[in-house]
Formats: sequence, C-alpha cells, structure tokens
Amino acid sequence: MDTKILKTVNLYASYTDNNWVLKDINFSIYKNKITAIMGPSGCGKSTLIRCINRMHEVIPGAKVKGKIYLRDINIYEMHPIVVRRKIGMVFQRPNPFPMMSIYNNVIAGYILTGIKLKKEEKDRIVEDSLKKAFLWDEVKDILHRRGTFLSGGQQQRLCIARALAMKPEILLLDEPTSALDPKATRMIEELLIELKRDVTIILVTHNQSQAGRISDYTAFLYLGELIEYAETERIFTVPKHPKTQEYLSGKFG
Amino acid sequence: MKKDKLFFSVLWITGFLFVFLFILIFFSLLKESFLSIKSFGISFLTSSEWDPVAEKFGMLPFLVGTLFTSFLSLLISLPFSMAIALFLGEYFKTGSISKILSYATDLLAGIPSVIYGFWGIYLLVPIIRKLEMKIGVPPYGVGILTASLVLSVMIIPYASSIAREIIKLVPQDLVEAGYSLGSTRYEVIKKIIIPYSFSGIFAGILLSFGRAFGETMAVTMVIGNYNFLPKSIFSPGNTMASVIANEFTEATKDIHLSSLIHIGLWLFVITFFINYLGNLVIKKYKVK
Amino acid sequence: MNSLRFKIIKDKVFEIFVIFLSFLSVVPLFIILFQIFIKGIKVINFEFFVSLPSPPGEKGGGILNALTGTLILILISLILSIPFGVMIGIFLAEFKNRFTDLLKDFVNILQSLPSIVMGILAYIWVVKPVGHFSALSGGVALSLMMLPLIIKSTEETLKMIPFTLKEASFALGASYVSTLWRVILPASAGGILSGVLIGVSRIAGETAPLLFTAFGNPFVNLNPLKPVESLPLLIFKYAMSPYENWQQIAWGGSLVLICIVLFFNIGLKFLVEKWIQKS
Repeated sequence: MDTKILKTVNLYASYTDNNWVLKDINFSIYKNKITAIMGPSGCGKSTLIRCINRMHEVIPGAKVKGKIYLRDINIYEMHPIVVRRKIGMVFQRPNPFPMMSIYNNVIAGYILTGIKLKKEEKDRIVEDSLKKAFLWDEVKDILHRRGTFLSGGQQQRLCIARALAMKPEILLLDEPTSALDPKATRMIEELLIELKRDVTIILVTHNQSQAGRISDYTAFLYLGELIEYAETERIFTVPKHPKTQEYLSGKFG
Repeated sequence: MKKDKLFFSVLWITGFLFVFLFILIFFSLLKESFLSIKSFGISFLTSSEWDPVAEKFGMLPFLVGTLFTSFLSLLISLPFSMAIALFLGEYFKTGSISKILSYATDLLAGIPSVIYGFWGIYLLVPIIRKLEMKIGVPPYGVGILTASLVLSVMIIPYASSIAREIIKLVPQDLVEAGYSLGSTRYEVIKKIIIPYSFSGIFAGILLSFGRAFGETMAVTMVIGNYNFLPKSIFSPGNTMASVIANEFTEATKDIHLSSLIHIGLWLFVITFFINYLGNLVIKKYKVK
Repeated sequence: MNSLRFKIIKDKVFEIFVIFLSFLSVVPLFIILFQIFIKGIKVINFEFFVSLPSPPGEKGGGILNALTGTLILILISLILSIPFGVMIGIFLAEFKNRFTDLLKDFVNILQSLPSIVMGILAYIWVVKPVGHFSALSGGVALSLMMLPLIIKSTEETLKMIPFTLKEASFALGASYVSTLWRVILPASAGGILSGVLIGVSRIAGETAPLLFTAFGNPFVNLNPLKPVESLPLLIFKYAMSPYENWQQIAWGGSLVLICIVLFFNIGLKFLVEKWIQKS
C-alpha cells in the first residue's frame, strides 16, 4: 500500500478577495511517487502547488483557506521558511542566480539562509545534488564559472540540483520542461524517474503525454476544482469523469 | 534626399561643435590657470599655504576639505538613501504611502542649495555650537561637521532614486527562487537583490558623491571660510568650490585669480576621473 | 528552533529599520519648509513683489529686482541652450557609433561638473572681454547647466517614439526632415518640454554660477549687458548679512523661491503624467 505524505483538506485559494481560483481541493500525495497535476490553462494547477510550499501567500492580496498536512502537521501552523526547506520548488523558466558560480548556485539555499558548512560538506552536497540532477559530468570541471552561459536544459537541471541540495521531502515542479527542447525535456523526465526513490515529486504539466510517460498518479483540475485523481494508468485508459475524457481527447487545451 | 543629407551634415556639425565646446572648456581653464601652474608647479597640490598677501598659493587645505566633507556626507546619507530605495523599490512598491515618500524625496532634491545653506545657518549651526560646548571643543558652530550634515541631507535623493529603479528591475523569478529556498525577506534583499543591483547602486552612490563634491553654496554658508587644513571634524575649513565662491570677487591680483581658476581646473579634472572610473566599475559589475 | 526565531526577528527588525530611516530622511524637508513658511510669511504682501530691497536698517522692501533678474537670466539661458541642446539630442537619438558614445560621456561629465566652474567659464568667456559683469554672462553660465538636461530629455523622448510612427511617414514618401518636423518633434514636444521645465526649476535656484557673472544689482535691470540680481543670489547675500531687515527679505525671498520650485515640481508631475497618458 502506498503511504501518504501530503494531504490537502478543503483547500481554497484566491488572488483577490473571494474570487476563489481553487475550490475545495481534497486529495493526498503518495510518498516516493510522481504525481502529475494537469488541466487546461487557468485551471489553478500552478496556484495549487504554490499553496503547498506557501509561496502563494507572498503575493499581495492572495488568500488561502483550508489545511494542508505534511505527514501529521498542518503546514499553515509551521513557519513558511520551515515549510519551504522541506518542500522545494523548480520553476517554469530556469532561474539560476546570475551573480553566483555553478557551485554556489547549488548550495544557494545554504548561502542565502546563512547556514555555515565546512568545505568538505559543501563539496559533498554539490557533487551529490549535481549527480542526482544528471548534471555532474557536464559541469564538474567548471564549477566555479557563472551558471548563465549553460544551455536552457542545463540551467534547469542546475535549478533542480539547487532544490535537491536542501534535501527536501517533496519536490514541486511547475511545468519544468515547457521552455525546453525535446532532448532536454527527455533528460529531465528520466532524472525525475530516478529521483522519486529519494524525493516525492509533484509535477505540474500541460503536456498530457509527459504526465502519461512518467507519473504514477495524476490529478485533473478544471476551473479550480479537482475533477479526478487516480493512478495514471487508470485515468488515461478509463477516465471516470466526462471532463477528463474531453481533456484527454484534446477537446480543450 | 538632398534635404536630409544637408540636415544630417548639420547634425554632425553640432555634434562636433559640442566636442569643441568641451575642449574649449578645458583649454580656457588651462590658459587662465597657466600663471598659477607656472609659478607653483606640483607644489600647488601639496602645499597647504594659501596666502594672498605673500602671493603663495597651495590647494591642499581645500582638497582635504572637499574630500573630507564629501566622504563624510556620503557615509551619513547612505543608510538613508538605501532605506528609501528599499522602501520604495521592495517593501512598498505601490500605494499612497509610497507615492508620498516618493514626492517628498523628489522635493528634497529640488530645494535650492542656498536655502539648505540658510537653514544650516539658522538651525544646525546653533545646535552644533551647543554640542561643541558640551564636548569642550571651540564652539564655532560652523565647520566640517556642519557642512557634512547639510550635504548629507541634500544628497540623500540622488543615490536613492537610482538605487530604487535598479532594485525594482531585479527579475521576480530570482526573488521567487530565493523565497522557495526558505529565505526571509531580509536574506533575499541581502543576498539576491543587492548583489544583483550592485552596479546600479554604485552608479547612484557615485551620483550622490559627485553632488556632494561639487556643491558650493550650502557648504560656503556653513563651513566657516577658513583657509587652513582642517584638524578635526569640528574645525572650520573650506572646500575647493567654497574658496572660489568666497574669494573670486575679492581677488585683485592676477596670481590670486589664476590660482582660483587653477582650483577650478582641478575640479574639472577630478570630475572627469570620477566619471571615468565610475563607468569602469559600473560596467564591471553589471549583470548581463 | 532558536536560529529560526533569531532569523525572523532579524527580518522584522530590518523592516522596521528601513521604514524608520525612510521617514526620518524627510523630516528635514518638513522642518525646512515649515521654518521658511513661518519666517517668510511675515514679509509677504503685494508690496514685496513690486518693490526694490530697502537699504540696510530700513524696514520693508521687496524682491522686484531679483524676480525680474531671474526671469531675464532664465530667458537668456533658454535661448542659448534649447536650439543647440535639441539638435544634439536628435543627433544622439538618430546615430549610434563611437563618436556618439564619446559625446554621451562628455554630456555626462558636463552634467556632473560643479556649478561654480560654469561661473568661472562664463567669467573667462564673457566678463573678461566685456570688462564688467552682465546678465548675459550669467545666462551663459546657466545655459551650460541646462544643456545636458535638454540634450538628455530630447534624446530619451525621441528614442521612445515608436518606430511605426516614423515608418508610416516614410512609407508615404516623406523625407526624414519633414518627418522630424511634422511627426517626431510634435510627438516629442511634451517630453522635451518637461526636460526644459526640469532645467528651469534647477537653474532658478542656482547661485554659484552667478556670483561673479550676473553679480547682482540693487535695481531692476533689463539690459543683458549689465549686471542683474537673481532670487537665490539675493537670498545668499542677505542671509549672510548682519542686517535684520535684509535677513527678513531673505526669508521672504526663500518662501517665494520654494513656492516656485514646488510649483515646477508638482506642475511637472502633472505634465509628465498627461504626456504619458497621451502616448
């Protein structure tokens, strides 16, 4: 039986006043699995994962209602900083810090939060994280150069390494390959499949075939509501809800 | 088209005219300073003797006075400039409070220097005098400290307006990346926003410094018109600009006038270098 | 988690610090405005604007000579700097090469040059050959200060004109010159004007370049070849004088000068906003 690691309970979210873009979301994420969240543009999938690492509330005027349990504790009763160390995020467009070297980008989470590490520890974390992100071989000789001259795919893998360096329990990825070419996309998909052994992965994607290729569970969101959530295999073969069926057959994008 | 060709030639001519103007500025100053340059040579820069009667002139007291007041006022004003830049560029980007502060800062920059000087004389000098009496220093009231304080208020808006625009330009996705790694706002500011904006912030600091360096009237009114090397922060003194303001109309001897213009030439040269070096630093730290 | 609590406190303290320093910065502004208002309002009446300053010791007097003088100086400097400045602005906007880069550097250096040096230059170029102080020399000094501002605002405004506007005119077969005259300049008028206003509000308050050029005049003078008074010059001289009535005039003059500056600052904001709305 798959263990649950995250559970949302009656989750609502809005950007302005009571215009809810997420309505009454209830579902659970399973440990060490890849869960895909898909749906047409504007359905609230990005909003949903930004609630999970409490980034949504950083936006002025944004509101959240309901609870999200990480294991047994409601993340809204924890300090956002603590939540974000346990739940990492990779964004749609790669955003390595241009003022830092590749090496420092990987351990940026420690640099930013003022955590002092010994050199051996830093070296170990950098090598570990870059290996997990399938980037070590390509950059091991140029660790002290800036990260901005890398290709898009490499930059994104650097961002993944950066998130992994904090040893999060859950990794959120917001359409991580939508700005990348097919080859780079493929590489990231492969690394995610390897990665789920260590980290639970939640992946927002508008690419149905990506969800079908690599995820274990899929959630389908439409207009802020969770329409269907089940094992990927089942959703893609015998979707229960007519809307899911329509989306999968390409009726709306 | 013929009309256009003619017009473009006219444009190029005005371009050359401007360069010619610039060169004319340098050579006019050089020519009028020549008497002083010939008479004193390098000692003009190293001598602290400024004696119109004995006809001996050295610019050192004023160079020191200028550098002393400029750096001190920069130091005092910088925390305030950065606070405003962060307030308007990061903490309160929009809203009525930020509009008010923004207008108020612009107004600070718009107040004429003679009015700052006037305010300095009537409000600040008595306060400094009381302070000096308490500490046991000669209670001039005027002096390096007073001038630096007035200058620091005057230059706050310069660094802050440039820094604020630069800070606003920091890409949101870098800021988000910082928060997603578990940083506090302070950490995001300290380790992402400021380093990213450093080049622009430096440009702002340079602007403030340049303003302090060249400011004449407010300094003239509160620095005490004292032509000797200032011994301490409480000492009166003179800056390169203020000695020119104070003595130019009184200078009857050619050598005196030539020496004052010589100081003007150095003001030009130093401004040139500050600009040149500043641009180098800005280019070096600019994030592509 | 002790270090976590420490961080959160540090974060909050920093925020409070930033807010505190920001507001502290503008306290001098209010003190200055308040003091000038209190002290200056005592002498302000109709007489103040139309009479000349009275001799030391005598009560009353006004700033007519300074007001007319400031006007003349501004006029002269506008005449000298606008045509030249706009042309250079156009040049910098339309061409990009190593020469224009050099030119831009020179403009920046001119802008950061201490204003007293402008006074020295005007002294060398005008006062010396003519033999005495004059409004003209003051105007020359002030125009050197206006020039970079006009050049920059012209260049920036022109650069913001959308290319499609120029395209449309060229497509109709118009030459660059007529496009410039009929399309580009009218569209840029607001921006250039606001640059001019910024320049005027700056030089209206300038004293240093006038100390040994315009020099000052206790009477109204409309002759550009004779010395002339300006408001900031008068304030400087009278504030530093030991005579009580002169100091009073200086306070009144300061109030008038501040009002002029405020008028330009606020008036400018409206103009810029209106111009942005139009485009």
